[in-house]
Amino acid sequence: MSYDLAVIGAGPAGLTAARVAAKRGLRVALLDAYATTGGQFLRGTAQPRLTGVDVLLGQRVWAVEKSAGAFLVHASTTVTAATLLVATGAHDRVIPFPGWDLPGVLTAGGAQALVKGERIRPGEEMVVAGTGPFLLPVAVTLLDAGVRVKEVLEANRPSPRMAAALARIPSKATEALGYARRLAEARVPYRTGHAVVAAHGEDSVEGVTVAKLTADWKPYAWRTVDCDTVAVGYGFTPQADLPLQLGCAFSGDHVVTDDRQRTSVEGVLAAGEVTGVAGAPSAVVEGALAVHALVGEPPPRLLAEKARLRRFARALELSYPVRDGWRDWLTPDTVVCRCEEVTLRAIDEARDLGAHDPRTLKLLARPGMGWCQGRMCGHAVARLTGHEPAPQKRPFAQPITLADLTLHDREDNA
Amino acid sequence: MVGAGIVGASCAYVLTRAGVRVTVVDRGGVASGTTGAGEGNILVSDKEPGPELELALRSNELWRELDEECGGFEWEPKGGLVVAETPEVLDALTAFADTQRRHTRPAGADPGRPENVPPASVQVAAVPVAAENLRGFEPHLADGLAGGVHYPQDAQVQPMLAAARLLKASGARLVRTAVERFLVSGDRVTGVRTGQGDLYADAVVNAAGTWAGSFPQAPLPIRPRKGFILVTQPFAVPPVRHKVYTAAYVTNVASDAEGLETSGVIESTRAGTVLIGASRQRVGYDTAIDYPVLAKLARQAIGLFPVLGDRQVMRAYAGLRPYSPDHLPVIGPDHRLGNLFHACGHEGAGIGLAPATAEMVAAQLTGRPPRVDPAPFAPGRFA
Ligand SMILES: Cc1cc2nc3c(=O)[nH]c(=O)nc-3n(C[C@H](O)[C@H](O)[C@H](O)COP(=O)(O)OP(=O)(O)OC[C@H]3O[C@@H](n4cnc5c(N)ncnc54)[C@H](O)[C@@H]3O)c2cc1C
Ligand SMILES: Cc1cc2nc3c(=O)[nH]c(=O)nc-3n(C[C@H](O)[C@H](O)[C@H](O)COP(=O)(O)OP(=O)(O)OC[C@H]3O[C@@H](n4cnc5c(N)ncnc54)[C@H](O)[C@@H]3O)c2cc1C
Repeated sequence: MSYDLAVIGAGPAGLTAARVAAKRGLRVALLDAYATTGGQFLRGTAQPRLTGVDVLLGQRVWAVEKSAGAFLVHASTTVTAATLLVATGAHDRVIPFPGWDLPGVLTAGGAQALVKGERIRPGEEMVVAGTGPFLLPVAVTLLDAGVRVKEVLEANRPSPRMAAALARIPSKATEALGYARRLAEARVPYRTGHAVVAAHGEDSVEGVTVAKLTADWKPYAWRTVDCDTVAVGYGFTPQADLPLQLGCAFSGDHVVTDDRQRTSVEGVLAAGEVTGVAGAPSAVVEGALAVHALVGEPPPRLLAEKARLRRFARALELSYPVRDGWRDWLTPDTVVCRCEEVTLRAIDEARDLGAHDPRTLKLLARPGMGWCQGRMCGHAVARLTGHEPAPQKRPFAQPITLADLTLHDREDNA
Repeated sequence: MVGAGIVGASCAYVLTRAGVRVTVVDRGGVASGTTGAGEGNILVSDKEPGPELELALRSNELWRELDEECGGFEWEPKGGLVVAETPEVLDALTAFADTQRRHTRPAGADPGRPENVPPASVQVAAVPVAAENLRGFEPHLADGLAGGVHYPQDAQVQPMLAAARLLKASGARLVRTAVERFLVSGDRVTGVRTGQGDLYADAVVNAAGTWAGSFPQAPLPIRPRKGFILVTQPFAVPPVRHKVYTAAYVTNVASDAEGLETSGVIESTRAGTVLIGASRQRVGYDTAIDYPVLAKLARQAIGLFPVLGDRQVMRAYAGLRPYSPDHLPVIGPDHRLGNLFHACGHEGAGIGLAPATAEMVAAQLTGRPPRVDPAPFAPGRFA
């Protein structure tokens, strides 16, 4: 069976698109790697029923191919569709620090997913650190789950640009105030210009070093805080392996789309965080707009809403960058790539051998060669060679067994 | 030196040791071409008797020396195991191994060697392995194979590290910029024009790999032959000990077929991953991923090592092998322009053949007698 539209990713963007498209009479398949719908933000919350949509869960899409005018979406099953909507969201961006490879160090998104998806409390006493407003809902999620959150540390300074952007979107301001109130009630300090610069412990985290940061994140004035778990998140990186496989145009780390979410490749749409990190409401708007690439005209109201939310996203991006001072947090023994256990020392040796860019560094010292394929260390490795982080081509967006791969030998199937 | 792949790096190493001052120019930096997109097999097993086998045997000796002198590139003298699926293929393989064993380096090919020093491993060592003994070499091999041949000289390096270490040890200066053309005065080359200005030199070596044929003043018939590699998840103890491949490979290497050829060559790396290669395909300078080709490689790998079936593939990559019309590398002085030397066109064996290539170029450039007869590799042979 061939679908009119295959939606990859069942977060706010994909869910909205699938629902709207089905209502418009399109034959829709919705695929997600996860066992439930909802994506990063809505996972674990009650999900509305999707009528007229084939929902295919537990499907890790590892590649998309264009073949004879249609798209082949390869997961455990292969789905054929005339049009593709990529709504695969984003993953946490992390930066290395001494001790971040200890059990008990989690990403902010990972900690939130544990609570929302698995109903697991990640720790008893936690510190939340990183940059960006998403640290607040994470801290609140943890509080609600009964965690003792000791501090929330924002590495950047308060930004006038962000304050102005919030003032223009009252719903965001209200949301932010709600989080702030909840933290205040629980007596959780929220400190800007601070970061966790090291984690300590024998077999797992027993405490962290917190430092004050200069404007470019160089540490000074250190102290230790006891805790058993740390959640760190330095923003998000779009999960853009599939558009990259298909050859879609990018701007920085995200896929470029027009006002109906069309990418530069005919028949490929993208919505939500893959097109730039902008939050769940923006993902919903883009999901709805994407359907208008196929049927009808986009309603002006949606277009205006998208523009407004994108401006907000832009303010976010400018207000919460990752600044290079984190390099001073590292020691030669600090692991930069956790999968392949590559230390800063090994990276410096490779640079001495002539690795002046992320690719050569990877070839000579192996950062990014392991399980996560550079999703974790990509930012750090790029910056350590003085490059802007750029999306890396991954022929396998997800690992696949060799036995499953053999099923794709077309001559055999013909 | 145009090119900082394994060939350019090896040439820089040997030349600086011979007292030549070398500047290496590469538009992408060390190992940014095919050297960073292949495997590191140092094989004698797949070479038919003839000039390439000679170069391979000499290179095999030199790699061992380089490991001692320089090192740091994961040299593994692990040996190769070629297996045959059927009795007929086993017969062909055994006959092939016989011809290889009978091949010796011609007398006088070793002019630098003093009388009292015996020649090193100038012969191919190839030991037939009966079907029932295959598992002694590779415990996880599939059932039903007819037998094989063990080649103890076959070895492995990490090619990117090898290029980087040799270049570093050479002390040569690396300039990261593109060479636009050769600078020519009369019938001699005087240097190269780069993105960062002109560089003058007494001699220029063209080690630009797959792109080496495209300099307008001295074109060469070198073209790309695409190959894919699959990389598995890391293993605590990888299930493959040697370089293992089927005898079909032996017939593919020298093949002229335009279409796709795959025959699994499987080996583990020091990082614990298993590499599965490689396909051979002539599709121009395109390195796009082709999943049906990857699927074929996967099937062949499982055919040899069924334990790989439920293991995950993490990565795949493509590289472009530089090949010449007669599938021999192009080494030696240019037949049109003086002071220009070529060291390119090594197809699927450039890592293995690099040290002996460098030795040959250095001998020619400094006017010393070469150890291996250079005539079959002469650039003028296509003129
Ligand atoms: C820690 C954290 C806190 C946040 N807090 C807030 C908040 O308070 N307010 C707010 O507005 N936003 C918040 N966000 C952002 C919000 O989660 C995102 O804006 C929103 O989820 C984006 O929706 P999406 O549909 O683009 O992607 P996602 O919700 O990320 O959904 C993407 C889906 O695609 C699936 N997927 C990815 N790759 C594949 C593949 N190869 N094969 C199959 N499926 C795949 C994933 O499993 C996932 O279900 C937060 C995010 C994080 C990580
Ligand atoms: C899939 C695959 C598997 C392989 N497996 C093996 C194996 O197991 N064993 C083996 O021996 N060989 C193997 N090979 C072949 C081997 O990789 C090549 O023969 C070898 O790398 C060629 O080295 P090179 O230095 O000549 O070329 P390259 O490594 O390509 O170096 C040439 C350099 O020249 C530079 N350059 C080109 N043009 C210019 C210019 N105009 N200006 C500046 N710089 C320029 C390039 O940037 C490049 O870095 C394999 C190849 C592939 C594709």
